[in-house]
Amino acid sequence: MFELKNVEKRYPGVHVLKGVDFHINDGEIVGLVGENGAGKSTLMKIIYGAVQPDAGTVLIDGKPVHFRHPRDAMRAGIGMVYQEQSLIPNLTVMENIFLGFEAPFVRMGAINWRKMAKAARHQLGKVKLDIDPATITSRLTFAQRQLVELAKVLALEERVEGKLVILLDEPTSVLSRKEIDLLFDVVRELRRRASFIFVSHRLDEILTLSDRVYVLKDGVIVDVVNGKEARVESIQKKMVGRDINEEYYREDRQLDYRDDKILLELDRVVCKGRPHEISFKLHAGEVLALVGVEGAGREKILRSIFGMTRPEKGSIRVEGEPMRAFSVSNSVAHGVGYIPRERKIEGIAGGMNVYENMTLSQLKDYSTGGVLKLGAEHELARDWIRKLSIKVPSENADCGNLSGGNQQKVVLAKWRSSGSRIIMLDHPTRGLDIGAKEDVYDMVREMSEKGVGVILIADTLEEAIGLSHTIAVVKDGEIKQWFNCQPGSKPSPYDLIRYMV
Amino acid sequence: MVPHISAETIRRWVPLFVLLGLVLFFTALNPHFFSVRNFARIAISATPALMVAVGVTFVILMGSIDLSMEGTIAVAAVMFALILNRLGGSVVGVGGLAIPGALVVGAALGAINGLIHVKLKIPSFMASLSLGFVGVGLSLLITGGDRILIDDPVFRSLLTVRFGGFPLMTYVALFCLVVAWFIQANTTIGRNFYAIGGGEELARGSGLNVGRLRIIAFVIAGVFYALGAILAVARLGIAETETGRNFMFVSITSVVVGGTALAGGSGGVWNTLIGVLIVNVIGNGMVVIGLPDYFQDGMLGLLVISAVYLSMDRRAFSFVK
Ligand SMILES: Nc1ncnc2c1ncn2[C@@H]1O[C@H](COP(=O)(O)OP(=O)(O)OP(=O)(O)O)[C@@H](O)[C@H]1O
Ligand SMILES: [Mg+2]
Repeated sequence: MFELKNVEKRYPGVHVLKGVDFHINDGEIVGLVGENGAGKSTLMKIIYGAVQPDAGTVLIDGKPVHFRHPRDAMRAGIGMVYQEQSLIPNLTVMENIFLGFEAPFVRMGAINWRKMAKAARHQLGKVKLDIDPATITSRLTFAQRQLVELAKVLALEERVEGKLVILLDEPTSVLSRKEIDLLFDVVRELRRRASFIFVSHRLDEILTLSDRVYVLKDGVIVDVVNGKEARVESIQKKMVGRDINEEYYREDRQLDYRDDKILLELDRVVCKGRPHEISFKLHAGEVLALVGVEGAGREKILRSIFGMTRPEKGSIRVEGEPMRAFSVSNSVAHGVGYIPRERKIEGIAGGMNVYENMTLSQLKDYSTGGVLKLGAEHELARDWIRKLSIKVPSENADCGNLSGGNQQKVVLAKWRSSGSRIIMLDHPTRGLDIGAKEDVYDMVREMSEKGVGVILIADTLEEAIGLSHTIAVVKDGEIKQWFNCQPGSKPSPYDLIRYMV
Repeated sequence: MVPHISAETIRRWVPLFVLLGLVLFFTALNPHFFSVRNFARIAISATPALMVAVGVTFVILMGSIDLSMEGTIAVAAVMFALILNRLGGSVVGVGGLAIPGALVVGAALGAINGLIHVKLKIPSFMASLSLGFVGVGLSLLITGGDRILIDDPVFRSLLTVRFGGFPLMTYVALFCLVVAWFIQANTTIGRNFYAIGGGEELARGSGLNVGRLRIIAFVIAGVFYALGAILAVARLGIAETETGRNFMFVSITSVVVGGTALAGGSGGVWNTLIGVLIVNVIGNGMVVIGLPDYFQDGMLGLLVISAVYLSMDRRAFSFVK
């Protein structure tokens, strides 16, 4: 049994964990839920030895232990998949999997790559990932990298004798349905040896998988419920402290878009490496969702519109004006905003504070003759911190220290406040708690009312259906089917899936 | 609640503590160290280096490096002297054009440096190192290896006229430092340098023209090198190829000792001020306590390493490059 007693943690300006008691029985799967910034990741990092608690004890089978470093924790059989990706991008997959534990493959100072590749293949097999272990990690898709992280942690199984505790911090947020099922199978299979702590903002997942669920609010465990008996609504209420609106996607606020005003037009655009032509129009006030399986080429479309890659053929017009120079600065200048999926790389500048991050793409509006208007910047930041209830000590806090969900909110505020007329949202609600998701849906509706065009790659099919006016099903880089999505006559997820696979 | 002092805050102030510690140390060994006269001496040796280090700070904030300063200083100093002497030999009147002239030379060399780095996609390390050699060669070509003397009393007043014990050049340098701070904290380009240093992908994704900004940083650096060159000439009254000597090591160490991360994104010109003072206090202090020459250099090296050790949070780096 693994136990935490009376754990305390403070950072300047925040009391993150307030006397948390927590235990996991052998072979148990424990869910951990809570709002953004409630302290979930911090708690996990304490268990993993990556963060030191200010007070409290950690006990394994009743004996106190002290992990000064994740290596100590790993030796005791504890592994963790981080919320933000933590693989080293320029190393190969197998080097990442065995990073720091190359010893078994070394003979007379030299690494036996063949042996390591074989072992890596074994680990990858556990997560059913069929890739060459010598692939450079940065070449993998986002979801593949997540599975590699999992495989890396599962290597503990062979490395350590005895019981394991595996910590999964929002492992599912980037995975597809199929991969999630696979992950759950792996978890259930491993129960003989390992117990799990599982953090997710998708409560249905938590409830299907967990034996017990801890509800964390503002650093305090407010409830522990039995996974089999718990209901989503009651947990939500405990997490957020209020009832969640029935009209989750705000369909009552969905207005017709403006047929006569075309914001963006793609005319027979061919993205690099895809044989098909893509054409569509985005109107003022329209939410257009691109749905499809992972790797269907949706992201490529967004990246072409944002000027990150030049399409091979075809033309892109923004408000009637054809785009010639394909560069991000050009697109931003034309009022295009992009909220990317990889928050850590393209979303947030760690080391810069909240207001600096928010105004980075719109410094022109916050300066005169190149001199910044710091007062206005602060005001903007405070305004958005309030609007999206971003949990920060102040607008001067370093964004790198915010919780994952709160970083996402800063990115949203950044692009929303910049007055872009075309906003592309790639998984905008990834890692957000229920309350924050509601705020984002409100924000999307408000944008539509103001005549902003939105292209959405949603987190779930339900979200795509609920939010959009129009849905394009993308498969293998081609738009397979269009759906009209007016309130009252929305398609069902089943209708979409037929064209997706 | 007890005020919470994080490791981060402590780390921010370490360079200042190191500086104060060094001052106390040298004062304890020789009380003459702690005198206005000696501080003025430190200030004089520190001012040109401060300008150069401030210049390279902008480049380092972006996560690049500039090693061209010795060449740029040599060319700027020599050009300054030539223009001055050709136009009447006094900075009052047309001869004063020598100052903007030197700054333009610095800016131009910076621009070439930046263009080579950005347009030809050559790492800044290589581009600037090579350009530094070209600069040294160029200044030799211009002077033929000769020294150019400057005896304009007005210009030399930078060194000879003192206020409160410190020569005029110290105040000029402080003024330039404030300008640099303004660029860093209050202008869009300053903010954007931090963004590029913090994450280039992100900066691009936010619509910044990263290539152009890089070139601007090298131009600003070039201008500050030229300022450093002018002050160095003012100090000695001589302009020659040798004027640029030693500035590369001193300025880069100062920036790093001051706590600006070589990886970019954190630090700034105030850190650089502290860094320059640390390096110069060490140099001066060793003389004051009477250590022989050969000992000084070795000690300087060791002290620099320990200062860097104290002022950086190595846990923040997975690898030290
Ligand atoms: N290194 C740090 N320095 C300062 N504050 C921190 C640091 N790490 C976390 N915090 C703060 O602690 C709080 C809890 O963060 P944590 O990452 O544990 O939240 P979380 O529950 O995982 O949220 P999310 O669902 O958004 O991932 C946040 O308010 C965050 O800003
Ligand atoms: Mg978290």
